[in-house]
Amino acid sequence: MSARETAVRPAWKIALYRPETMTFMLLVLAMFGASALSPYFLDIAYILDSFTLSAEFAMVALVLTMVIICGEIDLSPASNMALSACLFAWAQSSGIPMPIAIGIGLCAGVVMGLINGLMVITLQLPSIIVTIGTLTLYRGLAQVIAGDKSIRVPDWFIGINNWIVLGTPFTVLLFAALSLALGLVLGTTVFGRQIYLIGTNEIAATHAGIRTKRIKMSLFVAMGLASSIAGLLTASRLGSVRYDLGLGGELQMVLMAMLGGTYIFGGRGTILGTFLAAWLLVVASTGMTVANLLPAVQLTVLGILLIVSIIATNFIYSRTQR
Amino acid sequence: MNLLRTLLIRREAGIFVMIVLFCLAVGVVKPQFLSLNSLRIILLLVPLILIGAMGQMLVLVARHVDLSIGSILGLSAMLTGMMFKFYPEIWWPLGFALAIGTGTALGLFNGVLVTYFRLPAIIVTLGTLNLYRGLTYIVSDAKQIDRQFVPSALKSMSQTSPMFGIPWIIFMSLGIAALTYVFVRHSQVGRQIFALGSNPVAAPLRGINAARVTLLVFALSGALAGLAGIMYASRWGFVNPSNTGNGFEFQVIAAVVIGGVSINGGSGSVLGTVLGVLLLGCVAAALPLLGIPGTTQSAIYGAVILIALLIDRSVRQQGIKSLTGRGVPA
Repeated sequence: MSARETAVRPAWKIALYRPETMTFMLLVLAMFGASALSPYFLDIAYILDSFTLSAEFAMVALVLTMVIICGEIDLSPASNMALSACLFAWAQSSGIPMPIAIGIGLCAGVVMGLINGLMVITLQLPSIIVTIGTLTLYRGLAQVIAGDKSIRVPDWFIGINNWIVLGTPFTVLLFAALSLALGLVLGTTVFGRQIYLIGTNEIAATHAGIRTKRIKMSLFVAMGLASSIAGLLTASRLGSVRYDLGLGGELQMVLMAMLGGTYIFGGRGTILGTFLAAWLLVVASTGMTVANLLPAVQLTVLGILLIVSIIATNFIYSRTQR
Repeated sequence: MNLLRTLLIRREAGIFVMIVLFCLAVGVVKPQFLSLNSLRIILLLVPLILIGAMGQMLVLVARHVDLSIGSILGLSAMLTGMMFKFYPEIWWPLGFALAIGTGTALGLFNGVLVTYFRLPAIIVTLGTLNLYRGLTYIVSDAKQIDRQFVPSALKSMSQTSPMFGIPWIIFMSLGIAALTYVFVRHSQVGRQIFALGSNPVAAPLRGINAARVTLLVFALSGALAGLAGIMYASRWGFVNPSNTGNGFEFQVIAAVVIGGVSINGGSGSVLGTVLGVLLLGCVAAALPLLGIPGTTQSAIYGAVILIALLIDRSVRQQGIKSLTGRGVPA
């Protein structure tokens, strides 16, 4: 196809070929499907309430989207959530004042992100294997700290997901605000464009004077911070902390990014896509729960969805790359 | 200095020294660690990991990774256990055929997705890790296969021994390691795996069928995970839908990378992998003796993976330095 022909392609056609369109259509489809299963499903309060169960993962998935666009991957956030939450819970249960305990949790998350970043960027190790290692290590350390017991958190700390602000649960609102902020950063700032450039061609980006190492490092640290915040929010929702908090969450986070059309090889993807995919996943899994499907079946469906979504995204990009 | 350098470059020797030093150090604190009995404990810990590690080694050499082996192990073991449960009169060695067949099919599915859809192995196998685990719950209806259903002939493989008081499954796993050695050193396809992993662009230009080799490594990894599945049933006498094989992939990856298999593909040896597995087995056997709670195991596996990565990196840089006589280009 020549350049001139590409130029006359109408805007609606370009929009139609975007993976976010696919995500949006699937979301609409899932809404119809789920409401056919149960008439109560179309109650907006019910959907918002279900979303609080996944809001923590969804927040981390937003940052993960940026990491993947930049050409790296992080599989350790769910373990990071568990370790930050365990450190926080252990600190406050051993008598350290709450604000400091929360600070310890958040700092731990940042440090974990830094460790990932140091191994990947400074030592030039592949992020896939590094984060498989830290996935095991962080979860293991959480187990060392918490043992097999669950640590309770103070009563006033429990139930942040039940705060209703403007008719919306607080965590959902936080997720929406974070989506908006990160969407603006990625879509409209120089920093955001630089992330896309690094993911498309890192060597070219370096030669163009982009500080690739610094940007990647900041993304890994942001990932750590987001994970620890998510860990504390989960602790507040559950009311107690165990080492298996958020176990297997990396699947859901990667799935949200992939379903939203983030290109696994980097350089493409949007926050809007991940935002829509998070809702799609919540609607789909709530729908499955309403339809009385076993959690095991849901696990299978999530696994299939992940594979199908990367095949579809790759296909869409291969069609539009010409 | 020269000796140290040889040790760093000959990774197998380095791991061997690490095993000896570790055992001596533990032996100083707890003399009973240096006994035949604890050797037996160590050897009984490793057969499953050893078999899984052979497959994972091939996958890593080909520049991929297989995260789904734990779930393949679980699903194969579950299907085999259900066969024993519902057809108790069946000839029990058929269980091996079923377990290995299931594993091969599941591994091939990974391979097809990676090869023909050009997807990264890490995401594919993260998906199938959950997919196969979910299927295990579905086929088993979330019920455990209890001890009485596993044939006693199969269970006794982990207890009776042909010689030296060493049970059958250990000989089997060492046999698999020997076969893998012959395969990667002396067969054409085995060499092709290394060629493909060293340079995925050049290998097809030399006439290597990249798709076939990739499919093969995933199928082999699956088949060996399936074999590990029936051996799990033999070793522990039960199959549980959630526990069986859970976290297996991390133990195996830890053993393989500490055994000197490069995560950048194209290099690795069977001997190194076997030693890596043994080192992990020594650590696992020493923990309870030293009074360190079992909850630290997972953290240790994670730390081992990261340390092995760092060693791998420094070895590679040493190699580049000795080849070029210069520092590593930034």
